[in-house]
Amino acid sequence: MGIIKTDKLTFEYIRRDEEGNVEGITCAVDEVDLDIKQGDFIAILGHNGSGKSTLAKHINAILYPTEGTVWVDGMDTQEEKHLWDIRQEAGMVFQNPDNQIIGQVVEEDVGFGPENMGVPTKEIWERVEESLKAVGMYEYRKHSPNKLSGGQKQRVSIAGVIAMHPKCIILDEPTAMLDPNGRKEVIRAVRALNDVEGITVVLITHYMEEIIHADMVYVMDQGHIAMEGTPREIFSRVDELKELRLDVPQVTLLAHELRKKGVNLPEGILTIEEFVEQCLLF
Amino acid sequence: MIRDITLGQYYQADSVIHKLDPRVKLVATLCFIISLFVVDSWVGYVAAAVFLAVMIRLSKVPFRFMVKGMKAIVFILLITVVFNLFLTPGEPLVTVWKFTITEEGLRIAVMMAVRLSFLIVGSSLMTLTTTPNSLTDAMEKLMGPLKYLKVPVHEVAMMMSIALRFIPILLEETDKIMKAQIARGADFESGNLIKKAKAMVPLLVPLFISAFRRANDLAMAMEARCYRGGEHRTKMKPLRYHAADRVAYCVLLLYFAGCVAIRVWL
Repeated sequence: MGIIKTDKLTFEYIRRDEEGNVEGITCAVDEVDLDIKQGDFIAILGHNGSGKSTLAKHINAILYPTEGTVWVDGMDTQEEKHLWDIRQEAGMVFQNPDNQIIGQVVEEDVGFGPENMGVPTKEIWERVEESLKAVGMYEYRKHSPNKLSGGQKQRVSIAGVIAMHPKCIILDEPTAMLDPNGRKEVIRAVRALNDVEGITVVLITHYMEEIIHADMVYVMDQGHIAMEGTPREIFSRVDELKELRLDVPQVTLLAHELRKKGVNLPEGILTIEEFVEQCLLF
Repeated sequence: MIRDITLGQYYQADSVIHKLDPRVKLVATLCFIISLFVVDSWVGYVAAAVFLAVMIRLSKVPFRFMVKGMKAIVFILLITVVFNLFLTPGEPLVTVWKFTITEEGLRIAVMMAVRLSFLIVGSSLMTLTTTPNSLTDAMEKLMGPLKYLKVPVHEVAMMMSIALRFIPILLEETDKIMKAQIARGADFESGNLIKKAKAMVPLLVPLFISAFRRANDLAMAMEARCYRGGEHRTKMKPLRYHAADRVAYCVLLLYFAGCVAIRVWL
């Protein structure tokens, strides 16, 4: 069993009208089976309302399944005695950087998680230092988070999670509110964590460029897992992705269109370099 | 205009005052405020002014930051001055139509103005040199004994520190909403007080909604980071008194004793 495993995970929420009467039941996540290996970089794709955030919140035991089970490192999220262990092992980074920074100074915010866990003072400082260094924000440790850019704030949030020494990090659209530069900064930091520290990463996003380096990609649609495979496999299926209202990277699309017109290019080209290389073969 | 309020804004600098234990600063600010009401002679105010000036100098915070905080209370200050000036009975000094300025009125008005501005500058100095987090830490620690009376000290402290953290964010947001509404033809400037208050409604509604949304997100983020109230919690920066803090307490004691002495003997 991998670090994160779900078995027929289903989550329903009840929609109510203004008087509180039940209007209907929406199934946000529908019988999802996942098995994520320790150390993997996983990307979950999907357009708005496809259930990817709801799925993410289950891994951190913020939401509990209506049916099915979620295990994090072998612990069932529905068992209350494991709650705090699960939240420590599966850290979560949210979309809006302003709404998840609690401290008034960068280092205080990073220390918030370890403080809650009851880590001794001296070790908190060690953890804060190493996690700020891991995301390249150490020189900003005395700054106020309000004065940082979006990308920097998000890196602080990531540091705040790493300081809890999690085995995996779930990032719920961490780049959705950032500019292209901030987006690159954050993704670079996340990849470094995965490569250097071996932390399992679950990246939820709708930016295609960010998933190129993932080991495994899951595409969600209406609560189901619609596609799964390596990035190359996923991007070979351009038409299916379009049906799910997802964009593919421009260069992949270009190669796909050229192929349709009879140019002999392989499917699933992911980067510009690769494309150039293939073109030079002619 | 809305960004000028410095209360709750930390000014980063490396000074003696910044390094003091927040409990010292909290107690000192309280004592300073009390001392302003203890003294009632010009000598006393000069003493308070000197004390404040030395502290500002030591804190290395530019003076304009304190004055910025003052701007917000100019209106209150004016009201106090005007009321005291005209409504205090006593020896008439100048009479204009139905209004009389009395000698006592003038004296009290000036005193109130001095008191209020010192009070604001003094408390701004505290918030400028202390991170709100350590300030609430200090409160939590000072009020610790109340825990035995079932007062939720930690929870209140946490709420305060979060409120303080969100002040600049919500101010920024107010500014943004205001601009968005102005761009669509809303008028916040003209009209009388009632009209102006009514104009605030389209500003407050989106602000409240967004504040609730932020609160919801924040609560989730805190839970995700294992927050479960004050129990089992350790401190990253536990409060411990150092030599400098003891010296500061002595200085404070001297100042306060001085103020009382001035009151009693002068």
